Amino acid sequence: MPLVKNGKIATDIYVHVADGAELPADDAILVPAARFLEDPEALLRRPGKVGVVWPNNRDLDDLVPYLDRLAAVALVFPSFRDGRAYSQARLLRERYRFQGELRATGQVLRDQFVFMLRAGFDALDVKKEKDADAFAETVKRYTVFYQPTGDGRTTALSRRTQLRHSESASP
Amino acid sequence: MYAYDELDRTLLHERVEEFRDQVKRRLSGELTEDEFKILRLQNGVYLQLHAYMFRVAIPYGTLSSKQLRALAHVARRYDRGYGHFTTRQNIQFNWIKLAELPDALADLAEVGIHAMQTSGNNMRNVTSDQWAGVAPGEVEDPRIWSELLRQHTTLHPEFSFLPRKFKIAITASEHDRAAIRIHDIGLRLHKNADGETGFEVLVGGGLGRTPFIGKSIKPFVHGRDILSYVEAILRVYNQYGRRDNIYKARIKILVHELGIEKFGKEVEEEWQQLRDSALTLDDAAIEEVRSRFSYPAYEKLPHMPDELKQAAHDPLFERWRKNSVFPHKVQGYSIVTLSLKPVGGPPGDATAEQMDAIADLADRYSFGEIRVGHEQNLALPHVAKRDLPALWKALDKVGLATPNVNLVSDIIACPGLDYCSLANARSIPIAQELTRRFANHDTAGLIGRLHINISGCINACGHHHVGHIGILGVEKNGEEFYQITIGGRADESAALGTLIGPSVPYAEVADVVEDIVEAYLALRDSPDELFIDTVKRLGVEPFRERVYATR
Amino acid sequence: MTSPLEQKKIRITGPSVVTANRTHDGVVIYRTPQHDWSSRLADAAIVRTSDEARALLAEAAADDVGAIGAYIAPVEIKDNGEIAPGNLREHVRSEGLTIELPVPA
Repeated sequence: MPLVKNGKIATDIYVHVADGAELPADDAILVPAARFLEDPEALLRRPGKVGVVWPNNRDLDDLVPYLDRLAAVALVFPSFRDGRAYSQARLLRERYRFQGELRATGQVLRDQFVFMLRAGFDALDVKKEKDADAFAETVKRYTVFYQPTGDGRTTALSRRTQLRHSESASP
Repeated sequence: MYAYDELDRTLLHERVEEFRDQVKRRLSGELTEDEFKILRLQNGVYLQLHAYMFRVAIPYGTLSSKQLRALAHVARRYDRGYGHFTTRQNIQFNWIKLAELPDALADLAEVGIHAMQTSGNNMRNVTSDQWAGVAPGEVEDPRIWSELLRQHTTLHPEFSFLPRKFKIAITASEHDRAAIRIHDIGLRLHKNADGETGFEVLVGGGLGRTPFIGKSIKPFVHGRDILSYVEAILRVYNQYGRRDNIYKARIKILVHELGIEKFGKEVEEEWQQLRDSALTLDDAAIEEVRSRFSYPAYEKLPHMPDELKQAAHDPLFERWRKNSVFPHKVQGYSIVTLSLKPVGGPPGDATAEQMDAIADLADRYSFGEIRVGHEQNLALPHVAKRDLPALWKALDKVGLATPNVNLVSDIIACPGLDYCSLANARSIPIAQELTRRFANHDTAGLIGRLHINISGCINACGHHHVGHIGILGVEKNGEEFYQITIGGRADESAALGTLIGPSVPYAEVADVVEDIVEAYLALRDSPDELFIDTVKRLGVEPFRERVYATR
Repeated sequence: MTSPLEQKKIRITGPSVVTANRTHDGVVIYRTPQHDWSSRLADAAIVRTSDEARALLAEAAADDVGAIGAYIAPVEIKDNGEIAPGNLREHVRSEGLTIELPVPA
């Protein structure tokens, strides 16, 4: 599963620690939500970066108090048809202003890349090699966007009103 | 008419190219059917019994003559020469080839038509009153808001994988022609005490296996807040809607299980966080969309032109006029409904030749505009009254002047087991037989307004729950049987019908319906009392007694 | 969509075939004894036991590129050996609509 981060295929620096597995000494770790919540302070005191894998059926409320100390949050697409993590991603970015890595994991497929980027993900655990290779061309598929989201892309509506404004301002 | 600008057109072309790539990857085996299915559904492509079915959106039911000609072209070039208008302002083609679909979509994109999100668990076509902008007494044109919502919900990054499909309908008239109470969200446009535009928001309506009439969640949401309010509803639904059981995944079940108060509270909390955001529509944004709708330059015409006075001597013309011609907000003009329910025909079907003919007539008589209604009929929305006689003759020539609008043979029917892979029983032949039984237009006129709705399975695409008479096909030991309900309605007084008795076999359905109609004629207290009012006054019992006494 | 193999227990009570729709154009097709597809019901491989049905379906479903939604459908074998669809749905799929098309083919 290649990791695409900020548009490029990248090495995953996080050690994925399963429930009950031993923690590496200093490495960056990605831990399941339940394990994180058992003793968040202890984990956050470690020298290495900490990321949490947050399930898509759990309210973000329990995670919010730790966001500014987390280096990464990984949200889960158990199936590409299950869109709950899109809402979680937007909430993390747009409401709780999470600045760290926001990673999509699970069934992450080419045809959802644009949606994921628009929802605020900046790292994708892509399921298929071929999809990861096609990342650059896939995300160029669309140049017009109707909805304002936290990704900062200009919406069609604001492009139009700007255009109208500049037209009426010109002599 | 809404005129697409460069941005809308660019998006459509980008969408077509994306789908072309997806089809290519599917046909080469790079995408499995499991992965591809959702992509094709989001482009309106189903697999039915005989072939792929292609559903094209007609947002808020408005078409230009050029667009209708493009639909005729698709019917002719890629299908078998006809299309089927549905109950949600869509048109379906039944014989399309997957390999040719990208080309069909590209042809439609040229005239600003698309099939985005006409299926799949996302926001479906935003529908509205087919008389929007021309109905007398309308508060304002609801299509401005429909278009704002259409854009906002098109390729929405957060809500393209909802628990289940999601449908919005908008009306701005007292009489609801958009069936807003049986939609996931129904919006009733009205003005507050300060004269500002806003919406009563209804939520959780829907038919199918577990039918519900929508409940009012907020009496007035200001127009500027409508996107953020809808976004709040969708976000609550996306997070909490059930995903464990497809039959319990619609928002109506969530609203029912939580109760409207609790659901409303969740939405309100979310909305308070969202309301002052980029989603707020300022006047400039609303004006921007409004300015893309153009309205005809109506002439100043007499209320009763000579042409109409003369034609009144022709009883056939008069019968059609009284049935199919409706008041327009501008003096001297009419709205004309084109019945797609000829005696013996499949409800809602139009051939490519008919579509071309309608496009020509729209150019000549209706400022190039056509409307599509949820009753599966079309309308010409701006016909000068002086042109009515000539229009009638032209419509009659192409089989589009059946004077049965809103009458017993104006039947809503889904495609049923003749086409649909979900169906348990046939719908179209039942409808055809009923139109033959009630082929006498004078008799139908005496019976008066009566809506028969037929679905071939519990998914209720034929809206059987809200038919004055509803017919639902079921399967019993491998045979087609039909459950019959009476007393349903889809308008502002929306109600679900009540089962009248045990289901009956295919061959007996038309007899039973005839018996129900006869019972009504005997039971009504005057010729002015409509079928639906008689059922309301007396309940189901007297009908049951008469219809089942001999069975 | 779960694979038809996982969808339900396969139990047949009479002669059956495996049918699907062809991927590129959606046409109704039947699995043949030659491990291929045909648009004619007459060419279909007939199975008579649940084990045979399961095996034929597994083989058919493996062709994800060529066919969509393979499943087992009942048929009737007439005295003259002719294969006929076993229910109304299959009749419609095999013989076409029970109504006339709005435009004659």
